Amino acid sequence: MPDKLPTQPGPLDAADRRIINALQGNFPLCDEPYRHVAEQLGMSESDLLARLRMMLDARVLTRFGPMFQIERMGGTFVLAAMKIPEEDFERIAAIVNSLPEVAHNYQREHALNMWFVLATETQGGIVAAIKKLERLTSLPVLAFPKEREYFVEMKLTA
Amino acid sequence: MDQLDRRLIVATQTGLPLVSKPYHALAEQLGISAGEVQSRLLRMLERGLIRRIGAVPNHYALGYTANGMSVWDIPDQRVDALGAQVGALEFVTHCYRRPRSLPDWPYNLFAMVHGCSRAEVEVKVAHIAALLGGEYRSHDILYSSRILKKTGLRIAG
Repeated sequence: MPDKLPTQPGPLDAADRRIINALQGNFPLCDEPYRHVAEQLGMSESDLLARLRMMLDARVLTRFGPMFQIERMGGTFVLAAMKIPEEDFERIAAIVNSLPEVAHNYQREHALNMWFVLATETQGGIVAAIKKLERLTSLPVLAFPKEREYFVEMKLTA
Repeated sequence: MDQLDRRLIVATQTGLPLVSKPYHALAEQLGISAGEVQSRLLRMLERGLIRRIGAVPNHYALGYTANGMSVWDIPDQRVDALGAQVGALEFVTHCYRRPRSLPDWPYNLFAMVHGCSRAEVEVKVAHIAALLGGEYRSHDILYSSRILKKTGLRIAG
């Protein structure tokens, strides 16, 4: 189901915010990593686990775990965009979303009004997905492959 | 990356187990030792297969409800030098060089800016414009009005 924007901020308390800020990387690779983090945050392990579970259930966190870089495994991410007539937007959105290769999809305010990320395990998979989308929608798909990345890092503060 | 790495990726791509000993839980599932799970994850971190291990916040839930993709047309010979400066700004969360798609799309630098309001995003984008000085030909901000899908990458098991 599409999410309406803007979503109301969740009822995060100070401890939740400390967890989010502390856990944006460097999760320890030791036997009891949650206990280790909980000690640093001055809370119990069970409290940390309960809060993580609550924030995942409430979708304050999209996920918790390793973030894989598909490019390093031989796979590819490509940003793509389409110009879709307003009256046909919902129908085309459903077609685009139906492809498993479409990882993220956003409606944006521009003549190019749909922007999505294609993620596939091979370069050829991207080309095939674009061809398939163009065939299913009868609309052109513009691809914007990343040519270079400039210092990307999670910098959001809760 | 071998078959076991692949199985470890499949087992963790939706998230780490929320139990006291998560690496032991994975080890049991994969039929290897917890030490092996930890050392394989460490190796993947070192090789960049894993960018980081941690929490992925939902921007909107944190109150970052305005999501602006700022896009800039910068001369090819200057885009790398300027892109590095834009990417280093504390409030830019993603910054990439991408191909133009003329005539519809003259922009070659994409910098994602999040804010609690569009006014905040515009202040940040004005900051980028000031940094770029006279070196960009045109720019735009594309706000997202709706998330249509967000599943992330899933590799087949």
